[in-house]
Amino acid sequence: MSVVLVFLLVIIGFAGWWLSHQRLMAKPWLEQGVIGDVVGMEGSTLPTAKIGLGVFLAVVGCLFALFASAYFMRMALSDWRPLPVPRLLWLNTGVLVLSSIALQCASVAARKGQIGTVRLGLATAGLTALAFLIGQLMAWRELTEDGYLLASNPANSFFYLITGLHGLHILGGLVGLGRTAAHAWNGAPPERLRLSVELCAMYWHFLLFVWLAIFALLSGWAATFIDICRQLLT
Amino acid sequence: MVDITPADAIPPAEVAEVELYHPHGWWTKYVFSQDAKVIAIQYSVTATAIGMVALVLSWLMRLQLGFPGTFDFITPEAYYQFITMHGMIMVIYLLTALFLGGFGNYLIPLMVGARDMVFPYVNMLSYWIYLLAVLVLVSSFFAPGGPTGAGWTLYPPQAIMTGTPGGQDWGIILMLVSLILFIIGFTMGGLNYVVTVLQGRTRGMTLMRLPLTVWGIFTATVMALLAFPALFVACVMMLFDRVLGTSFFMPAIVEMGEQLQRGGGSPILFQHLFWFFGHPEVYIVALPAFGIVSDLISTHARKNIFGYRMMVWAIIGIGALSFVVWAHHMYVSGMHPYFGFFFATTTLIIAIPTAIKVYNWVLTLWRGDIHLTIPMLFALAFIVTFVNGGLTGLFLGNVVVDVPLSDTMFVVAHFHMVMGVAPILVIFGAIYHWYPKVTGRMLNETLGQFHFWVTFLGAYLIFFPMHYLGLMGVPRRYNELTDMTVMTESAQHLNSFISIMAFIVGFAQIVFLFNLIWSIRHGREAGGNPWRATTLEWQTPQTPPAHGNFGKDLPIVYRWAYDYSVPGAKEDFIPQNVPGSFGLSKEPA
Repeated sequence: MSVVLVFLLVIIGFAGWWLSHQRLMAKPWLEQGVIGDVVGMEGSTLPTAKIGLGVFLAVVGCLFALFASAYFMRMALSDWRPLPVPRLLWLNTGVLVLSSIALQCASVAARKGQIGTVRLGLATAGLTALAFLIGQLMAWRELTEDGYLLASNPANSFFYLITGLHGLHILGGLVGLGRTAAHAWNGAPPERLRLSVELCAMYWHFLLFVWLAIFALLSGWAATFIDICRQLLT
Repeated sequence: MVDITPADAIPPAEVAEVELYHPHGWWTKYVFSQDAKVIAIQYSVTATAIGMVALVLSWLMRLQLGFPGTFDFITPEAYYQFITMHGMIMVIYLLTALFLGGFGNYLIPLMVGARDMVFPYVNMLSYWIYLLAVLVLVSSFFAPGGPTGAGWTLYPPQAIMTGTPGGQDWGIILMLVSLILFIIGFTMGGLNYVVTVLQGRTRGMTLMRLPLTVWGIFTATVMALLAFPALFVACVMMLFDRVLGTSFFMPAIVEMGEQLQRGGGSPILFQHLFWFFGHPEVYIVALPAFGIVSDLISTHARKNIFGYRMMVWAIIGIGALSFVVWAHHMYVSGMHPYFGFFFATTTLIIAIPTAIKVYNWVLTLWRGDIHLTIPMLFALAFIVTFVNGGLTGLFLGNVVVDVPLSDTMFVVAHFHMVMGVAPILVIFGAIYHWYPKVTGRMLNETLGQFHFWVTFLGAYLIFFPMHYLGLMGVPRRYNELTDMTVMTESAQHLNSFISIMAFIVGFAQIVFLFNLIWSIRHGREAGGNPWRATTLEWQTPQTPPAHGNFGKDLPIVYRWAYDYSVPGAKEDFIPQNVPGSFGLSKEPA
């Protein structure tokens, strides 16, 4: 469970940092405001939707951290036989990076109000994300044809389970991307469009990060890395 | 609302209000509503309905335990199914849904001074997915083989094997699917509760001016958002094991004389994942109860809450600590002694912030102007019950005491006291407290007194003897105890007595339900603020609050939520939206 505890530590650290800015030492029983002396709004100046997405991504991160924890615990048992990582995954990783870059460009363009570039970026991101999903399916087929079936070894089971779940999250993102594209083509107000594009970019970058972590996990580098850390500590 | 002029002295809001979604017809107003108040009522009604199913299941279990051999239809399989569904429904589909989905939805927007949740559409989806989860759960009663009988912890490998009811039928699959749906639905709702507290607060409502109810629900939701994924992971992996033949949790095992295909998996892995969710779940239920009870005590004792800052810090501290104690549910799984020692220590450390809360409640009551209203009675009963349940928790938190007691009725008595009876008492108190706001009418006082005394005394008559049975060595999870040496004649009499009390307490809940329905039309008119309380939900222009909650202008908050019996004030309470020096008969020095 060490992975998820480290993840929680990060969350707690962030929550602690935020709480430390919230005047938790205040003595509310001594403070009465008077008329005219009211502050602005009490929340953050960030758009609410962004904060909502941030909280959601923390939940998604927790989910994948738990899978990683389970992966390491199951890995320690004797019947674990690692499976060869298909070379195709490198290509898929490249495609997903492209997708993220395209959305970042769209996000920058939205800030500058260049609607043409926004559309181009959104279309590229959508197509490359689809290509990533198709690539993942092809990697699955390659593995099953080589006899690495879902139930034949826990390493295989984890591979299909985790990549599948990540794919589902990309698929959900594509729904959001589709709605953003609809905004971009139907001429939504620029402020609204800009927020949508930024939300998509945030989600995409996060899923790219999750994918890189999963890739490191499934290919065994994460285990090697943790071994090195452990040796350094002992 | 208290009339405070001059309005022109108040600077205009810097941020324009978000446009509210307005319903267009009956369906979008009452069924597919995006109004948090309607969603709250939908959540509460659904949770209560499924909770009644769990209540009947507990009666059936008590019939078997109290009068063994009398009721032929309660087979061993059926008994296990009753146990499993009773536990799962009560913990997740009733308590979690009612506290967070019910009270969270109703109270958060009103208490922080918002017009609605920040993502109303997602909030609506949350309820409908919850309803779907409940329906899937209920459908397992009618599936071939019946619901799962794996125990509410669903431990593999037995949960998905032939000997367990529903293990190789539909029962366990429907259970897991239902839980997965519940978690998806809850995440949608939870995002709303958290982000509304972060972003929806009205002007002047700093974090340290929030009522403790909001603090409790907020912290519990944050915990739930981080803990439920563990259950999600466990459920998905077990579903794979059951349906697709993987071996995440399945060890090499012989079933009915045949070696199964699977092997190498770790049941302990499931236990870690399950309890990583399961222990925070205790506090997901307890923290909203802590928050609500603080507000009930302060309001009905007409006194500010003692140690507000400590209360807030304790809530946060309990929330963080509860993530590092999960393995105390696994002392009997054969863990390394140092591991057990670590978890025993963290478990006992949680007693510190919890004890701070208990002291502060008692000190709030000290020299208060205590009104023994029904909500106050329930709040007082909660303190006593929580202390009782918490004390046996100190027993069970120690490895050496837990190991012999772990499989006895003592554990059943402990967790029913601390996370069954105690939070339910708060729920009752909260319903008596906020029902006037929801419906505009008071609940019937006489029926309320009857409900309280029967429930409170009855619960003790059920669970106190159960501790004693546990110490004698009466095991839990057994459907038939008659031939055991520990079941002396007197122990069996005690068991029958517990069963009879369980029927009586259950009956009192039916009286309560009658009261809820009857008072909608026939209750005494409540007015806007019958308890003379300070928090914003009592200051709405309409009762029940209309769509948008606060009329034309959102309230502005000038003070904390606990200005009761302020010296020199005209009345014994000053609402949160009354500016400083207003409400006082003379200017403070």
